[in-house]
Amino acid sequence: MKPIVEVKNLAVEYTRGDQKVRAVAGVDLSVGAGEILGLVGESGCGKSTLGKAIVGILQGAEGEVTFDGQPVTKIGRGQRDAHFRNLQMIFQDPYGSLNPRRKIGDQIADGPRIGGVSKGEAIEKAASLLERVGLPRNAVERYPHQFSGGQRQRIAIARALAISPKVIIADEPISALDTSSQAAVANLLVNLVEEFQMGLIFISHDLSIVRRISDRVAVMYLGKIVETGKTEEIWNFPAHPYTKALMSAIPHADGKALVLMSRCRSHSMMGEKSLVSCKMQVVRLKP
Amino acid sequence: MASRFGNSNSIWRQPLAVVGIVIISFWVFAAIFAPLISPYDPLAQDSDKFLTPGALHWMGTDELNRDIFSRVIYGARISLPYSILLVVLSALLGSIIGGISGYFGGRIDAIIMRLTDMFFAFPAIVLAMAVAAALGPEIRNAVIAITIVSWPVYARLVRGLILNAKQNDYVTASSLLGSSSLRTLVVDLRPNLAGPVFVLASLEVGNALLLLSGLSFLGLGAQPPAAEWGSMVSMGAVNFDRWWVGLFPGLAILSAVLAFNFIGDALRDALDPRTAKALRD
Repeated sequence: MKPIVEVKNLAVEYTRGDQKVRAVAGVDLSVGAGEILGLVGESGCGKSTLGKAIVGILQGAEGEVTFDGQPVTKIGRGQRDAHFRNLQMIFQDPYGSLNPRRKIGDQIADGPRIGGVSKGEAIEKAASLLERVGLPRNAVERYPHQFSGGQRQRIAIARALAISPKVIIADEPISALDTSSQAAVANLLVNLVEEFQMGLIFISHDLSIVRRISDRVAVMYLGKIVETGKTEEIWNFPAHPYTKALMSAIPHADGKALVLMSRCRSHSMMGEKSLVSCKMQVVRLKP
Repeated sequence: MASRFGNSNSIWRQPLAVVGIVIISFWVFAAIFAPLISPYDPLAQDSDKFLTPGALHWMGTDELNRDIFSRVIYGARISLPYSILLVVLSALLGSIIGGISGYFGGRIDAIIMRLTDMFFAFPAIVLAMAVAAALGPEIRNAVIAITIVSWPVYARLVRGLILNAKQNDYVTASSLLGSSSLRTLVVDLRPNLAGPVFVLASLEVGNALLLLSGLSFLGLGAQPPAAEWGSMVSMGAVNFDRWWVGLFPGLAILSAVLAFNFIGDALRDALDPRTAKALRD
């Protein structure tokens, strides 16, 4: 499969005072049309930073991201290049990602409107997209506060869909939702990927959902992709010790659980370069 | 917005606000129906002068024997619309400048903010006097002068609001959809401003009225023979032994400024539940 988004040796740095922290340290990644790539890893490992750098919210310090052959540039003050509008993002917090003071319909219609579609047509499209994501058509006239978290996330998805993107980066799109909405929103995303043949990078720390929906999985640890491959292969034969630890951290129904304890995070946050000092501990909890 | 006026912080539950609304309604009524209410032509003169308040002239007459009651009523026709106009102009100017400052940040922001610091360092009336004197004594120039001194408050407020609002994911989402800076500012960020700017503006109406009357008092605003409260007070100051000449227009200014401030305070409490709560606790 020909990849649409290709990430080559990407590094992203945050500057804090005169210290530089490498949140993403040399990542290679690709996603093709109709493919779901699950990006997993613990909190603070750089998943979100990577996602933001791919769409162009953050600027990489090294390496590059190409979308459809063109290197992605950081969004700035000027209008974004029309080419990259096909690269969209869905945010974790559906409360912050919708403007509380604007009607749903207007917000979904924004994309097509900017693309030159007339207002009436854009609102009409917004209504049909709302229907597609499982909300009533008349929701165009309502405001975000009239919807639940799960519904808002559907609205955010509809907004991204409105310009028929080729790739969507979903940054923890379901972790702020309650359990019943989680499954529904995840299913919706899967169906939409099939229907529109988009690429989807699904960033999550929820391994069970990632396993269920992803075609491929990339495991991220301390700013690096430590392992990548077909979902079932990774699940059945994890090669990297971190992946093994991560997989076994999923709680089991029989009451036994493995808890992953990592002391690396504090080190990486302090800007320490060496990863050698990290120790991983897997503690088995007896019921 | 409409629903907010009906909640427990409703402006109608605050007695001072009701007082303010009653007073302003009175002045609005006076301004609209001035020709019907006032017993005399506010500009009519005759050979007498300084008649004391009595049955014929409720508030006495001034140095040209013009009826002060009629002039106070007609004065509302200048003070009220001009103070509203002033607030609208300064809110517009300040919001645009503050919006640019907050949205673009960096050097533009630093320059604009130091500029507002400069304005804040001067007493408003002194600066307004300087500008009005430079432009020439005329009410239009007084309006320009007051607008020039009063935009920085709005610029500060709007900058803060924009800085806060632009952190939101919906602003990023909008840029990702290809929205231009101008569109983001106008479409996504502007709706966040309406409430706070409206509250500040309502608190500033009284100030604007006071500044305008102040300039007129100093001869830099409304020009004779226009019936303007500030210039009438200045006539009273010249003829200090005739207490009625300055007292009644002065009371008119006092009542209108107080009333606007009452309404502004109440609006702030009603629209911003946090301050209202802090006040109640």
